[in-house]
Amino acid sequence: MTAVTLTALDDAQLAARVAQDIPDGSYVNLGIGKPTHVSGYVPEGREVIYHSENGILGVGPSPAPGCEDPELIDASKRYVTAAPGAAYFEHCDSFAMMRGGHIDIAVLGAYQVAENGDLANWATLDETYPPAVGGAMDLVVGVPKIFVMMRHVNRDGSPKLLKQCTYPLTGLGVVSRVYTDLAVLDVTPEGFRLVELTPGNSLDAVQAVTEARILT
Amino acid sequence: MDKSAEDLAQAVAPVRDGASVMIGGFGSSGIPFGLIDALLEQGATGLTVISNNAGAGETGIAKLLKAGCVARVICSYPRTPGSIWFERRFEAGEVALEVVPQGTLAERIRAAGAGLGGFLTPTGYGTRLAEGKETRVIDGRGYVLEAPLPADFALIRADRGDRWGNLGFHATARNFNPVMAMAATHAIVEVRELSDLPLDPETVVTPGIFVQSVVQYGMRP
Repeated sequence: MTAVTLTALDDAQLAARVAQDIPDGSYVNLGIGKPTHVSGYVPEGREVIYHSENGILGVGPSPAPGCEDPELIDASKRYVTAAPGAAYFEHCDSFAMMRGGHIDIAVLGAYQVAENGDLANWATLDETYPPAVGGAMDLVVGVPKIFVMMRHVNRDGSPKLLKQCTYPLTGLGVVSRVYTDLAVLDVTPEGFRLVELTPGNSLDAVQAVTEARILT
Repeated sequence: MDKSAEDLAQAVAPVRDGASVMIGGFGSSGIPFGLIDALLEQGATGLTVISNNAGAGETGIAKLLKAGCVARVICSYPRTPGSIWFERRFEAGEVALEVVPQGTLAERIRAAGAGLGGFLTPTGYGTRLAEGKETRVIDGRGYVLEAPLPADFALIRADRGDRWGNLGFHATARNFNPVMAMAATHAIVEVRELSDLPLDPETVVTPGIFVQSVVQYGMRP
């Protein structure tokens, strides 16, 4: 195999890229981990309302040191603040927002995404490792736009964009768009379609590290 | 009517070995740390714990797991950073685990509290978590039949309460607490402040009918 150098976005650049696609006035759920950084990059002039499954709509920025409230956290268990216009609610209402189609966009991490939009992000094949599903399965059935934000390949170089997922599924045919450090791809009825390559990458080089076919 | 208990020990005294116990909270907020510590002292074992997480570090549910009081955990997310005691007990086969999608967990608890026989949800349809469950297709969409999830006891954390058992909450400490109070046969609540005056009915989140016992525990961890 020819060694090809690929240009990869770092986590901050990837978060900024995802943030470009979040329209003004959206209600957005950010998954735990990397997706939480997206809120820091929403372009000036847009008002986006962030939902956190643990019972807050209108998640604001981190509190100033010394002003943390241990009972005001987000789904990643980080201290947050309540933005102007925020609301608190209990879990059934929170998941009604998610499952009931009231949230516009969710940004999630993933282990694997298949070309038919299947998502695997909650369990591996390691039976000794306790699986943890959280709110992911509720989000993917209820939120019309599911954005996945992840590295294009695993640490060992194996592909994450597959013809078929090998890990247990979170949801079937639920992913709308995938943002990786190497490219942005839409999930279409025909499969993955290229939206853009990270500048510096060729389609051939990205295809070489992608199991599923990339349509143009 | 006066539902206030003398102290934490008196409040948790009715919990017996083998009981199912819902424990409110998400992450570190809204967890009834005082009641959990009192339950540990009380010594009930073989418990089924129903909660969103399975504890972290050496506090809360992790303490119960460490002490070996828990036989079974029903939760959505047992893998919180620092959930070492759950992982240890799980790997050793000392604790059984049922993982339930978080919204389904909340709604199963609600169904129990609301007297429903279950509900159909699209969550988990076609996945491993729906295996063996009855499904239905409605208007072309697949749904999974989920059963109500009741419990013998609920340990609840609230911000304020009165002797009628009415409760108010603070920020994201609400989470599973109100719905668990509804679903348990015997809901025990620790409140930061037990008010001598009745709470303003406009600010009551959990009506006292869902609460059997309320005790002041001022500490907000």
